[in-house]
Amino acid sequence: MTQTAAQRFLEDAAVKSADLVHREIIRRGMDSYDAAHLKGRARIKDWEAAREKCQEIKREAINHLDRYLVQFEEKVVARGGHVYWAANAEEACTYVKDLALRFGVRTVVKSKSMVTEEIHLSPALEKEGIKVWETDLGEFIVQLRNEGPYHIVTPAMHLNRGQIATLFREKLDPAIASDDPADLMAVARRKLREAFFAAEMGISGANFLVADAGVVAISTNEGNGRLCTSVPPIHVVVTGIEKVIPRLDDLAVLWPVLATSGTGQGITTYSTMIAGPRQPGEVDGAKEFHVVLVDNGRSRLLADAEQREVLHCIRCGACLNICPVFRHVGGHTYGTTYPGPIGSVLTPHLNGIKEFKHLSYASSLCGACSSVCPVKIDLHHHLLENRRNAAEAGVTKSSERMIFRMWRAAMVRPRVYAFGGWSMRKALRMLYALGLAGTVVDPMRVWNRYRAPVPLPLQSFRARWRKDRAGN
Amino acid sequence: MSRKVSLFVPCFVDQLLPEVAVDTVKVLRRVGCEVDFPEDQTCCGQPALNTGYWGEARPCAEHFVRVFKNAEVVVSPSGSCVSVIRLFYPELLAHSSLREDAISLAGRTFEFSEFLVKVAEVTQVGASFPHTVTYHASCHGLRELNLRSEPMQLLREVEGLKLIPMVRSEECCGFGGTFAAKFADISGAMGNSKADSVDAIGAEFVTAIDPSCLMHLQGILGKRNAAARTIHLASILAQQRGAGSSPQGLAEEKP
Repeated sequence: MTQTAAQRFLEDAAVKSADLVHREIIRRGMDSYDAAHLKGRARIKDWEAAREKCQEIKREAINHLDRYLVQFEEKVVARGGHVYWAANAEEACTYVKDLALRFGVRTVVKSKSMVTEEIHLSPALEKEGIKVWETDLGEFIVQLRNEGPYHIVTPAMHLNRGQIATLFREKLDPAIASDDPADLMAVARRKLREAFFAAEMGISGANFLVADAGVVAISTNEGNGRLCTSVPPIHVVVTGIEKVIPRLDDLAVLWPVLATSGTGQGITTYSTMIAGPRQPGEVDGAKEFHVVLVDNGRSRLLADAEQREVLHCIRCGACLNICPVFRHVGGHTYGTTYPGPIGSVLTPHLNGIKEFKHLSYASSLCGACSSVCPVKIDLHHHLLENRRNAAEAGVTKSSERMIFRMWRAAMVRPRVYAFGGWSMRKALRMLYALGLAGTVVDPMRVWNRYRAPVPLPLQSFRARWRKDRAGN
Repeated sequence: MSRKVSLFVPCFVDQLLPEVAVDTVKVLRRVGCEVDFPEDQTCCGQPALNTGYWGEARPCAEHFVRVFKNAEVVVSPSGSCVSVIRLFYPELLAHSSLREDAISLAGRTFEFSEFLVKVAEVTQVGASFPHTVTYHASCHGLRELNLRSEPMQLLREVEGLKLIPMVRSEECCGFGGTFAAKFADISGAMGNSKADSVDAIGAEFVTAIDPSCLMHLQGILGKRNAAARTIHLASILAQQRGAGSSPQGLAEEKP
């Protein structure tokens, strides 16, 4: 029998949450992120007002997606670009693949893009014999390891420099002597330079699509984004339909808020705006410019009034960074393109509630994610709604449904409840007196695996209260 | 000031941690409240609500509203249960005949420290607790009810108490109700991380406004044979100078 996504998650979570080396790497990374994030937020005069403004902009965009996307398309086409509307992953991949074949592309350089991960674009191109280079350093590292990104902003955060040096020695240059970050970066840089100048096609994502200007806005820190989008003769932007924003002015708040939430920076090192292919008289830029607008389940989410705001997400990664579950199980355990709280909310919508409902339960509902989200998505309450939807759709375990039916019967009958509690305490006391705590007959064995047994007082509070009153 | 207060004792406190409720009553009486315990109360419905069984949570919530609807004020020593009543009852009972009662009750239900500081307007309750204590900011009290300073204000007034800040005090302890059972490995790891934070500062006690976090954390600390013990805020505030017995952490409440 093949393993379900839920079983795999449980197994991987057990391994990762016990992996103290992993925890230390993540803990250290998150501690420095926390400090930078707080410092970054302090630089913005009124952080709460900035969040509200961003929420407002994204709400306007998502509620008028039809208008703004068409406006964006018109502007791009007017400057000689092409816009393709892809209903799903297959349509998007086929479009890019056909384009590559039409122009005889042998090598592709990619800037970081989660949507291309979502639609599995690289494998689709590689199947045609096209060489695909990830050029973001973190993406380059995980590509060498044949892994997906660990995190939506920092794809290789699970690795320390020793592990990266070993990887580079194995895959790039056996002569690498040190694990000094600058040396390692120089090795990657040399390798990637060759790729940039060999590639006939550059593929990027988009952080924002600006409707009134027909501009694709990209934030990067390594400069690879600019090389991908300006050196090769063809530039393809692959992005989700939810990335559109109404006005160029909106970037004034969205860009710093994205950078602050993502890394604690005031603004990313490179903030690039691209408005179509190279125009007559211009000295650089791609000759062919294509934007692939990917739906892939987003319209379904748009139709859900309760959770529509999930489309407001600007993929900053703040909810992953603060999430205590993410911090303990790590990004790969989720087994999804988008890990962490946003992934747990989104994935059941994109890939099916039956197979991915477990992610909505894999949260203590602590609410830390909602408290940091820069566009104020009520993430943990959406997790709860997903749970409710799963129960209502009848895809939860029948044994669990039975338990809650019995629970309800007791909770509306105070005497049944009180008797149930009394007998449970008595039974556990007897069991534990026989030394059976934690054995198969112990109904609390899961609890007792990591904890000392719960206290089992002889009297409940209500019993004491009643006795007290009788004594008065 | 004499004020009539109806006490809501969460089901697991009633059954497993009655001392927390006893101490809550002591403190409320000491600040001049007349405390009533409506005996038909059971549970707020959170276990079913948070597991997605809203159909099962609803009758339980309706039962709660019926029991408490005539109360002047409801006070409970759990931020988590209060957040269910305040934030979720209006939605859960949106189509119930008890909707209006639920909305009104949501506005009259308070977490214990919130009630003392904001409603009764007292921070000095005459408590004495000569020990080192660290504070864990329970998630639902902190982020659903926005209770950040209230427990601190009360702790600062306790005679002899030395408050030591905890690293990452706002990070979840990993309890999360059915989460602790469904994802025991993750919950256990999160609990141990929290216990590491407690160990690192070497306080005698860790306190919070949510007994569920403390029950989980006490289990984790107990399994590690850690020196620190958990104690609910109400149990600290109940302690008075010369009152005899040494402080009883939740761990001592054993058969």
